[in-house]
Formats: sequence, structure tokens, C-alpha cells
Amino acid sequence: MYPIVKKCRLHETVTHMEILAPAVAKKAMPGQFVILRIDEDGERIPLTIAGHDQEAGTVSIIFQKVGATTRRLDALEEGDALLDLVGPLGKPSDLEGKEGKKIAVVGGGLGIAIAYPQAKALHERGADVDVIVGFRSSSLSILTEELKSACTHLYVMTDDGSNGHKGLVTDALQERLAAGVHYDEVIAIGPLPMMRGVCDMTRTYDIPTVVSMNPIMIDGTGMCGGCRLTVAGETRFACVDGPDFDGHLVDFDEAIIRSRMYRREEAQSMERHENCSLLKQGGPGHA
Amino acid sequence: MPDMGPKKTPAVELDPLERRKDFREVSLGYTDQEMARREAERCLNCKDQPCVSGCPVNVRIPEFIQRIKAGDLEGAYRILRSTSALPAICGRVCPQETQCESRCVRGIKAEPVGIGRLERFAADWGMAHPEALPQTGAAPANGKRVAVVGSGPAGLTCAGDLAKLGYRVTIFEALHAPGGVLVYGIPEFRLPKALVRKEIAAVEKLGVEIHTDVVVGRTISVDELLEGYDAVFVGSGAGLPNFQKIPGENLNGVYSANEFLTRINLMKAYTFPKADTPVRVGRRAAVIGGGNVAMDAARCAKRLGAEDVYIVYRRGEAEMPARAEEVQHAKEEGIVFKLLCAPVEIVGDEEGNVKQMRCVEMELGEPDASGRRRPVPKTGSESLMDVDTVVVAIGNRPDPLIKDTTPGLKTQKWGGIVADEETGRTSKEWVYAGGDAVTGAATVILAMGAGKKAAAAIHRDLQKKEQSGTR
Repeated sequence: MYPIVKKCRLHETVTHMEILAPAVAKKAMPGQFVILRIDEDGERIPLTIAGHDQEAGTVSIIFQKVGATTRRLDALEEGDALLDLVGPLGKPSDLEGKEGKKIAVVGGGLGIAIAYPQAKALHERGADVDVIVGFRSSSLSILTEELKSACTHLYVMTDDGSNGHKGLVTDALQERLAAGVHYDEVIAIGPLPMMRGVCDMTRTYDIPTVVSMNPIMIDGTGMCGGCRLTVAGETRFACVDGPDFDGHLVDFDEAIIRSRMYRREEAQSMERHENCSLLKQGGPGHA
Repeated sequence: MPDMGPKKTPAVELDPLERRKDFREVSLGYTDQEMARREAERCLNCKDQPCVSGCPVNVRIPEFIQRIKAGDLEGAYRILRSTSALPAICGRVCPQETQCESRCVRGIKAEPVGIGRLERFAADWGMAHPEALPQTGAAPANGKRVAVVGSGPAGLTCAGDLAKLGYRVTIFEALHAPGGVLVYGIPEFRLPKALVRKEIAAVEKLGVEIHTDVVVGRTISVDELLEGYDAVFVGSGAGLPNFQKIPGENLNGVYSANEFLTRINLMKAYTFPKADTPVRVGRRAAVIGGGNVAMDAARCAKRLGAEDVYIVYRRGEAEMPARAEEVQHAKEEGIVFKLLCAPVEIVGDEEGNVKQMRCVEMELGEPDASGRRRPVPKTGSESLMDVDTVVVAIGNRPDPLIKDTTPGLKTQKWGGIVADEETGRTSKEWVYAGGDAVTGAATVILAMGAGKKAAAAIHRDLQKKEQSGTR
């Protein structure tokens, strides 16, 4: 069992947890992920490691309540435990030899949680890091203080313009590139359409761009092949060949279709768990 | 006087039309002692015991059969246990027809003795009588530690044998449940998981510790294991699924057999939405391949409600690597065999779901490197079949994780670890390997045989080291 030692809600739908898993914490590197399972009937879901503390033996995860499993995860409290947590999985991000390089780390949605340890590691290694992140609204922003200390410049965009910078992360990137800023590399982490948007833009400027893929997977060790994607015309497995790939070579259209494979079943699962929790509370009309 | 009847005493099986609706075990084996005794009577108890040499772990076959004949089931069980760590499993999934039973003298003129059925009968009796488990197991601790990577048949056997010799053995398993292919691959209706758990519990009872959720090569490396253990046995299996590299293979609804079976067996997707893991089957499913795994996948698809399930295989039935019994069971359950048929493209709908599969008819030409006649496409024979799901069951390769993270460990070009067949010794000192990680996808019993040989070699090598060290 893997106890939850700390839990805090970053906002209504995004939660941060620290989980006791010393063997994983000992080895974790930026870019790697864990697979967890809540209980006996639970599914195995991959989550990127958002941070780790070797001394305390903990790894951090940040997740958004999007499906049945993440909702159930969010219902757990400090002192509860996960049945399984395995990792660190995937290849670590390539962060070597980046001293003095100018790098843009672009994070969208929950990807920001993953972008943060990467930006921090690059910043600590002496890279000149610009971080560009986007939220729906400034009230939904996360980690902005942490990000500020992990880069040279932080650019925050909001869909509704509530922080005075209305637009997408790609708008901010476009603005910087158009202004003549030269980036040696761009790292894009977030929803598939966002990563595709960033890659389309950096392709025209010929800037090497790394993306972090997070497809559906079961074992995370190369066994199921469920996480396969097409990179440069070849089938690759995100779990063992990635999760980082050259974004200019990734077939995003296919990845987007594959990410939707179980939409119907996910809805069914959500409904079932909602009914269950209603029953637990005595059900409607019995309260 | 032995019973000279030409036929094996039949095992009891569920009705095909009934059993294809759920995941209950299909074969019930011999349901009473009289059936088993009758079959045991067919054994000639040959002096030179050809059957024993046909068994990769050399189970003392005539001896246990004689005990069954005498009505001494406890004795039969103890004899089985003395050589096999997993007798109830072997009795169910071993290809006896190419091993022990193929050497049976009775098989020359008629059907061989039903060794597999008798093994299963005695082993199941033992499961039901845990008090009969031989207590000779735990030898006094010898102070040495061995790490075993993977808890499949190779790892469990190696661990069990070493524990019996007094070693402290720790198994590291990447998944959340021990058993390897026995839990994620072979379906419940062929190998009940409760039984696998009991067999594993028997290994644990010998003092073997099993740590799940540990990926060797990621959570801990082989080199790190060597710091805390005197030897390491790698039985990590062949997990990486092969695909055909035809257009459309990444459409939604195309599964590797590994993924399809893991969702169903390990993650219990057949109980969805009770279990959170879904699997999609649809009305028509095609399984590509002709091995046991393909049969398992096809029979699972049927049980999950597919109306039409096809086995699509590019050679003929005679060339199928699947066991005859599995092919027979699949046919009884209504699986349609499309033989000499090779997929060339999987066609999707506008949402990216599988809709059809384009196949070409084959004919058999000259024998190829495997000795089987090579299938050659017939020109102009392409046709489309409507399918909602495609399961690709054309084999697996070893995962590159251990190879990539273990300096000094030699591997074959295709990824298999180079290891001596008789001892499991690898190119790296104190690292041994066996099972599918070495041979590529093979059988449970061959993996057990490799685990057994490696355990013996580890014991010999460590004893030698101690002797030379104390001199």
C-alpha cells in the first residue's frame, strides 16, 4: 500500500498529492511517470511525476478530475492509501547539455504540472528558460509562484483575459517569435491540440520541439502496446520509447483519435460511480 | 493387468453453447476418483519411463500414476510436488501431446495415457487438501540471497527450488499481481486465477517473498540487485507485442493480444463497469494468428458477446502452432477459421474506428526456414470482411528494459537474453536467465524447466564459490 501523506486542492478540479513510495522517489527523474491503481477493481492510470523528495520518500502527482478514476482519487484523503503505485516509468527527459541554451517551456492545462519540474531542472542547469502557460481563467491558475522561481520570464495567458493577457499559449509563443526571440528548443506539454499547435508553429521557425505524450496505457512497461503512436511513420510505444518525442514527427491526428477510444465507457464508469456515491449518502430524497 | 482400452478416459467438459457465455473453466477434468483410477489402469508402468524424458521438468510420471491406481492420492500429489512447483497449472496448460504423452508406449497403437488429466486430478486433490503439502520444503537457511526478476512460471519455479535448498529468495514483479502470463495471459476459463493464487501461495509458503510493483530496469537495476543478492535470475518473459506493420493497425479497435487479454484477465474487463477497465469487442471480431494466444483471444471475444469471431491465419490448420485441443475447443464454441488468409490492411470509419479488414488468400509454397510451407499470396484474391475489433496475436519479443539497463548482459539481435541452455548462465557473472526472456514466446513448462535448471546451476555455482572462498 502507498499512503497519501499530503493532499491539497490547487483549485476545484485539480489536486496535488504526495504519496509515500521511497523506491520510486529514489529513482524519479523529470519527465518520468508512475502508474497507480486505487483498489482491487481500479484501473491502472499513468500520471507524470510532478516532483519527488528522496529524503521523505515521496512522489508528487497532480491530477485533474476528468474521469471516474481521477474522481475517486480525489475523494481520498491524507492517511488513505493507494493499492498500487509503480515507477518511475518511461525515459527521463533529456536535460543534459542545455547550459546557456534559450528554451521555451510551454504548458497547457494539467501539462503545467509536468512542465514545472522540467523548467526547474533546466533553470537549475543554467539554461535561459522562458515559461509560457495558459489557464481558462486566472482563478484556475496553478503553480504560478513556483514557476516564477523556475525561469527567467513567466508568461501567463488566460482564455477569458482575466489576468489582462487574453489568448492561447501559442499566441504568446507566436508573439515572442515574431518579435525576433530566438529559441534553441521548445518543450510543449499539455493537451494534444495544444502540443500540435505549438509544433505547427515551431516547425515554420525550424525550432526543435519536444512533446510529452500521455496516451492510454495499462502496464507501462512495453507489454500491452495500447500506448502506441506513430512517430516519423514508425509505431512507437510511449511507455518505453517515450514519453518524450520529437514533436515535429508525431502523428497528432492519430494520437487524438486514439485518446478518444473509450469515451463511451468512461461516461458509463462516471455514471456508475456517481450513482454509487449518491447511494452512499443515502440517495436523493433520503438526505 | 492394465486396461488395454484404446481410448483415454474422457474428461468432463462444459457444454460448448453454455460455456461460451461466461468465463467458467471449460474442462472439469476427472470429476471422481473412479475415472482417474480407470485411466491410471491404462499405464503400463514401463521400466525405461519414456514419458519422463519427454517432460521438461522430468515429473516422475509412472510413479504418481501408480499411486493414483492404488488409491493413494496424497502419495501421488507428493510425487508431483517433488519435481514440479506448479502441478495444477501444468496439468491444464502443458502441451502433453508433444511432450510426455507423445512418448507414451500406449500411444503407438492407440491413444496415450491421459497423463495431463491425471496430473491435474492429483494436483487438484492436493489443492483441496492443503494439509497434505509436503513439509520437507523449507530447508535450514543457508544465509544466501537470490533475487528473481518476474513471477511467471520460470521465476516461480526457480524461486521455489532455491527456497527448498535454504536460499532466501525475493521475487520482483512489475505488475500488481504475481503470476506473469498465468494471470495476465491465460484466460480464467482455461486456468482459474484462484488456482494460480493457491499455487503461488504454496511457493510463498516455502519462504519466498514476492514484491509486486517493482519494474527491474526502472525501480531498481540488475546491478543494484547484485549489491544485495548473491545471484539474480531473470525470468522477465517476452512481453513486447509484435504488430504486422500493415496500414490501419493503430485504428481504435485494434489490440495486441497482450492488451486484449490483459484487460480481460488481469484487469477483469469482463466485469466492466464493476471493474473500471473497459474492453471493446463489438459484434464482429477477427483474431490474427494461429497460436494458443490467438485461440484464447478468440474465445474471450466470444464470451464478451461478439456474434461472429474469426481466426485469420495465413497458413493451413496443419501448420497452426496452437494445441489441437485448443483449436477443437474454439471450433466447438463457434469460432470461424479463415485459413490461408492474410490481412493486408485494416480499414477505419471517419471516426477512426475499425470497420473492415482487407485480406488476401494464400496458397502454400516451398518450405521456409521454419520447415513449414511458406504461404504465398494469390493474385487478385483480395476481399473485405466487416469487423469491429481486430486482435493481433502474432507473437511477442522480450522487453528491451533489462537489456538497456544492464551493462554487460549480452542479448540476441531480436532482444532475447543470451543464456546457456543447461544452466541459464548469461554473459554477466551471477546473472542467470531463462524462460521466454531467453527463448522468445514458448510454453509454461519450458519456462519452468529453464527456471529449474537455473536454480540448480545457481546452487552449484554458489557452493563452488563458497568452497574456493574458504580455502
